[in-house]
Amino acid sequence: MGYEYIGITVLWIFLYGYLIVASVDFGAGFFAYYAKLTKKDHIMNKLIARYLSPVWEVTNVFFVFFFVGIVGFFPDAAFYYGQALLIPGSIAIILLAIRGSFYAFENYGSKDNHLYMFLYGATGLLIPASLSTALTLSEGGFIEETANGVQLLYGELLSSPYSWSVVFLAIVSVLYISAMFLTYYASRANDQPALELVRKYALFWSSPTIIASLTTFIALSQHNPEHYQKAIDLWWMFGISVAFFMAAVLLVYSGRYYGWAFIAVMFQFFFAFFGYGASHLPYILQPYITITSGATHETMGITLVIVFIAGLCLLVPSLYLLMRLFLFDADYVKGNK
Amino acid sequence: MFFEDSVTMSRLLTTLTLVFHVIFATVGVGIPIMISIAEFLGIKRNDQHLQLLARRWTRGMTVTIAVGVVTGTAIGLQLSLLWPRFMQIAGNVISLPLFMEVFAFFFEAIFLGIYLYTWDRFKNPMYHWLLSIPVIVGSTLSAFFITTVNSFMNTPQGFELDGNTVTDINPIAAMFNPATPTKVFHVVASSYLTSAAILATIAAVMLIKKKGSTYHKKALKLTVTATFIFAILTAVAGDLSAKFLAEHQPEKLAAGEWHFETESGADLVLFGTLNEEGETENAIRIPKALSFLAYGDFNAEVEGLNETPEEEQPPLWIHYMFDLMVSIGMYTLGVSALFLLFWKVKKWNEENNILLWLIATCGPLSMLAIEFGWIYAEEGRQPWILRGIMTVAEGATTSNHVGLMFILFTALYTVLGVGCVVVLRKMFKDHPAEAEFEDRYPEVAATKEDE
Ligand code: HDD
Ligand code: HEM
Ligand code: HEM
Repeated sequence: MGYEYIGITVLWIFLYGYLIVASVDFGAGFFAYYAKLTKKDHIMNKLIARYLSPVWEVTNVFFVFFFVGIVGFFPDAAFYYGQALLIPGSIAIILLAIRGSFYAFENYGSKDNHLYMFLYGATGLLIPASLSTALTLSEGGFIEETANGVQLLYGELLSSPYSWSVVFLAIVSVLYISAMFLTYYASRANDQPALELVRKYALFWSSPTIIASLTTFIALSQHNPEHYQKAIDLWWMFGISVAFFMAAVLLVYSGRYYGWAFIAVMFQFFFAFFGYGASHLPYILQPYITITSGATHETMGITLVIVFIAGLCLLVPSLYLLMRLFLFDADYVKGNK
Repeated sequence: MFFEDSVTMSRLLTTLTLVFHVIFATVGVGIPIMISIAEFLGIKRNDQHLQLLARRWTRGMTVTIAVGVVTGTAIGLQLSLLWPRFMQIAGNVISLPLFMEVFAFFFEAIFLGIYLYTWDRFKNPMYHWLLSIPVIVGSTLSAFFITTVNSFMNTPQGFELDGNTVTDINPIAAMFNPATPTKVFHVVASSYLTSAAILATIAAVMLIKKKGSTYHKKALKLTVTATFIFAILTAVAGDLSAKFLAEHQPEKLAAGEWHFETESGADLVLFGTLNEEGETENAIRIPKALSFLAYGDFNAEVEGLNETPEEEQPPLWIHYMFDLMVSIGMYTLGVSALFLLFWKVKKWNEENNILLWLIATCGPLSMLAIEFGWIYAEEGRQPWILRGIMTVAEGATTSNHVGLMFILFTALYTVLGVGCVVVLRKMFKDHPAEAEFEDRYPEVAATKEDE
């Protein structure tokens, strides 16, 4: 396997990691605000705060890792995406900035400030929507290279059913993943009232998720038949994903094994995400960048891979420590520490 | 109009984000070391005041770190959004330290999370103190990595350029370019200095308001001592930086010093103005001091700005940036030395109001020195984005919407800046140190942090 394949695999794993941890975080913000509106915040907001406080910064680093890595492994991506994404990218930055800082302001400063909670909840849905634009663009047809540089075709983007279906999928998946995680976390904390509530959310958001996935597939077949065909060739990946989806929903429905249910959710998205990614290759950005044409030089590519491995040796034990202390320490989860 | 000019607006937007980010970045690099020192001394001397100091500093830092993280994410993305051509080359050659920087953040973020939420979870408090070490290592390493990238922009090496394609890449040589050692040293030392000085400012202001608080007295002694040590380190590093410039980037030093003709035994020009003929007036001249600053020898020859082609000369106003930075450095060094003197001489009262006011100015001034220093360093590189290889105009995006984004980001940073100040004030006003101390230490009751 060439270093460019290692590179894209590594980056894709990190994007997948971001997808999971950020979804939990984004969705939790929305649920916290929703609970406040419906006066149920006393039931679950403590639970959310206990999980989120120690990890939000780590979540952000996953994202930074992805975009720094893509510039490192595929410098052409900086050139094309950089020019095309000025507006959507800036909007995403602003939303992320508002979210991160107001979370800290709320959490460490003024408790229960209504405006902060609202910003925190609303950005949780808007950020996935704006970030998903980058994936939409990668399908081609929305970017034009002229003598004046690279242009994003806003008309095409805003009128494309595909781009809207991706936005919709991003939002419902966030809510689904998050509710599934909170269900597990509430059961660990042995917090029955919160569990009842988040379990309902989890079941509620499962059907829109699967519907949105199907719609996106259909829209893709219209927008980019070639990619669709490659995805169909990988049908088994998506089949496994659906099987895990059903397993997860069944477990939650039957009210048992919430931990396994969340693992099933992770696998559901793992297979769907890697199925999508694998069928996307060789393109990074159709038709301008392919995995081979856009890759950095071999020396740099190999150096990055080495550094990456060394970095993992440092990070995995530290992450493990973090999880031991906050996620899997039953006393902490229950609020005894 | 310049508002439509994407190059100008990209420069302005980059400046805006960096000037704002560096405030929080500096504090993020320097405060962990102060916290660690306070906690260590607190445990060793069994001094609860110092331990409380560490806790309260940490709590304040959570807010500034949050803003540092989000503005850092902003500049990280903006580098690609605003300077796509530059990042295309940079991606090929200098992505290694950028990549490693993220690992440093990761490392720091993980241990900061643990440090914050485990104050009372260990029987032996030293274990908790140990957790501060990876936080220091992580934040200082991230400053190191990002500074190597900036050094690379000043003295690019480690690749060959063949039209638009780069060949012969050597990531290690690119990272350890001639500018790296002095720049890293100066940036890290000045971050430590500024953080210590800001904490000293807080202690001094509190003492002016409430005479005699033991907590704030101890805080003052600790922070001013640290300020003094870091001020010496910063000055040494600054001197080395000037020597580096004289050798590798003479046009930046010459523009900063208004040194136009190559000569030996060159004078150091402080402040002053330029008349219509481009001659220096109203300046303080220190004979031969520039030669000494540049080469450590009063008679050495220093290259003048006239050796550089006109269109490659940096703007001359950076002279003021340099002078202000150095003046502030000397002032901070002097004030902290004076305090130490008053403290050691038993007859003198180191807590007199004049001295306290002088100390109180050191924090904000040091932060200004950081901004002046960076503006000097970055403007002094103009017109290049990669010195000698690519100009700023070649690196910029061609999108027409940068002006609009500039307005949006101005609004964003205003909101973040105001929010940060409001929250920090509220956090410490509502919980004064003395009250918290009484709360926390009379009974051994396991009080919980940050609930
Ligand atoms: C508290 C902040 C602070 C203080 C007191 C000083 N500096 Fe500084 N200086 C910086 C903060 C700074 C900085 C923000 O860290 C810069 C900007 C870029 C860099 O490399 O460091 C800088 C840049 C910088 C440069 C340009 C380096 C380059 O572009 O490669 C020189 C020559 C000096 N400084 C010299 C000095 C001297 C002789 C000082 C005497 C005391 C001094 N500085 C005090
Ligand atoms: C162009 C210049 C810079 C870029 C691209 C950049 C990038 C970043 C990014 C992406 C983050 C957020 C990291 C996270 O998510 O945790 C960040 C935060 C930070 N940056 Fe910068 N930075 C720049 C300049 C600087 C400088 C000059 C310094 C050091 C003096 C610095 C030190 C920091 C620190 C300490 C943080 C806080 C991170 C934390 O505490 O977790 N940065 N920066
Ligand atoms: C954090 C402290 C920093 C501050 C306050 C700062 C300040 C500035 C200023 C004032 C400019 C505008 C120069 C001009 O166009 O006239 C600039 C440009 C720029 N800086 Fe820095 N800088 C900092 C650190 C860095 C670092 C660490 C990097 C490298 C990664 C960097 C990369 C750039 C780039 C790419 C530009 C645009 C090109 C240019 O105008 O030369 N900066 N910065």
